[in-house]
Amino acid sequence: MNRRSGTGYTGIPPWIYAIAAAGALFVLLPLVAMVAKVNWPQFIPLITSEASLTALGLSLRTSAASTVSCIVLGVPLALVLARSPFPGQRLLRAFVLLPLVLPPVVGGIALLYTFGRQGLLGRNLELAGIRIAFSSTAVILAQTFVALPFLVVSLEGALRTAGNKYEAVAATLGAHPTTVLRRVTIPLVLPGLASGAVLSFARSLGEFGATLTFAGSLQGVTRTLPLEIYLQRETDADAAVALSLVLVAVAVAVVGLSHRRPHTSTAPQGAPQ
Amino acid sequence: MSTRKHVTFLLVAGALTAGVAGCASGAPATGSSSAASSGASETPKLSGTVTVFAAASLKATFTKLASDFEAKNPGTKVTLNFAGSSDLVTQITQGAPADVFASADTKNMTKLSDAKLIDGTASNFATNVLEIAVPPSNPASISSFADLAKPGVKVVVCAPQVPCGAATNTVEKATGTTLTPVSEESSVTDVLGKVTSGEADAGLVYVTDVKTAGDKVKGIPFAESDKAVNTYPIATVGASKNKDLAKAFIAAVTGSEGKKVLTDAGFGTP
Repeated sequence: MNRRSGTGYTGIPPWIYAIAAAGALFVLLPLVAMVAKVNWPQFIPLITSEASLTALGLSLRTSAASTVSCIVLGVPLALVLARSPFPGQRLLRAFVLLPLVLPPVVGGIALLYTFGRQGLLGRNLELAGIRIAFSSTAVILAQTFVALPFLVVSLEGALRTAGNKYEAVAATLGAHPTTVLRRVTIPLVLPGLASGAVLSFARSLGEFGATLTFAGSLQGVTRTLPLEIYLQRETDADAAVALSLVLVAVAVAVVGLSHRRPHTSTAPQGAPQ
Repeated sequence: MSTRKHVTFLLVAGALTAGVAGCASGAPATGSSSAASSGASETPKLSGTVTVFAAASLKATFTKLASDFEAKNPGTKVTLNFAGSSDLVTQITQGAPADVFASADTKNMTKLSDAKLIDGTASNFATNVLEIAVPPSNPASISSFADLAKPGVKVVVCAPQVPCGAATNTVEKATGTTLTPVSEESSVTDVLGKVTSGEADAGLVYVTDVKTAGDKVKGIPFAESDKAVNTYPIATVGASKNKDLAKAFIAAVTGSEGKKVLTDAGFGTP
């Protein structure tokens, strides 16, 4: 599998493996503990209750929508950051990446003061009859806010790795910039775009803090799976654990998909989701 | 990019390992710490540290009571841990080192006493009722509980799973009013947050929350609130290593000085 370690010499001192194993255990053990806590006889009834299915459905729908918004907003952003140097570029990149390190609840508060009823934009939207607070749109906004950096980082990296030789050639052959983008650049970085989109999807799926702060929690409208887990925990620990396992399974499936994608030689053409 | 592939691989591998190990282990070994009660020492002089797990709504009052207690009993220290009552029950069940537990409802205290994790019986020390909180400008002109059901009013409540939501349900039933909330939050703090930020026209919170929020919200008391009175019980945790100090702290809370602090904050007496 690993083509780079063909010579047999890894250059890693043996004790590193011991610490690496401890690190891996540190992440795996809590998962094992959670799986051990699952009430298996009740597992299916717990995860197929109406509230659970509604929450899962809402999570998948909103995450898909926010992945699309991430692609729409993130691709141009990554192109600008990777291809055209301009003053303040570093600063822009730092701000775009900010949601990566910001506690989501801070993101939620920031969104509240932007799109909330008395917020910077929300005030005008309210006058226009558009209400975002307590709607599924608010959930999508919260998810897009936290997931966008994942797409931008992946894609910008892919764009820099790919370089712009082919694009330059295409341009000298007379191709219009839009044609170059569509026929050369995007196909070239498709694997990077795909894994960025998958990571954004996974991040959206797990979004909790910003949603709770900004969107509220109502079954079928704003109560996504993480919020449902948080609420179930109050009364029904078994249900919370079962739903957590579902979320872990979905996350593993999604991330597993992104892992396999770049290896398939018959590169598929469409969007990842 | 290659780093990410490795991370991904680890994740997938980890999940597989987790599945296998989970199947193998079967019965989880839950560490029970209830039997570890060391014999109560007979020393009359109070000293040491008492760890108090208290419901989030007691934050202001218990912080004050704790510093009063420390001042009255030199050599003692009160460590406070505030969270939702059910979170605290989970923590104590899992062996967190608590000496005193003060719950925001009897249901969560019953969970602990049923599990034989408290010492003796709990005593009720305060009550709390719901109140309507609106933004200072009261944009939806709310003046009664029935007003909350008017069309177009954005009302935020607690989810039925948490104590304040259960109380909301009781009031709804008692008054025959059906609310269609725009959000059912998992804590009373989140409800208050939606009102103070102006997102909601009204929220149902406790009287004490309105008092704590000061002039950020306006409180509208309603007569039907007495249909759902929340009682706060307090008890010594069975596994406590310093039961004398725990009992002394509980006496301070249930005594006259404790009552005064609680009443000043808006709590009722049981």
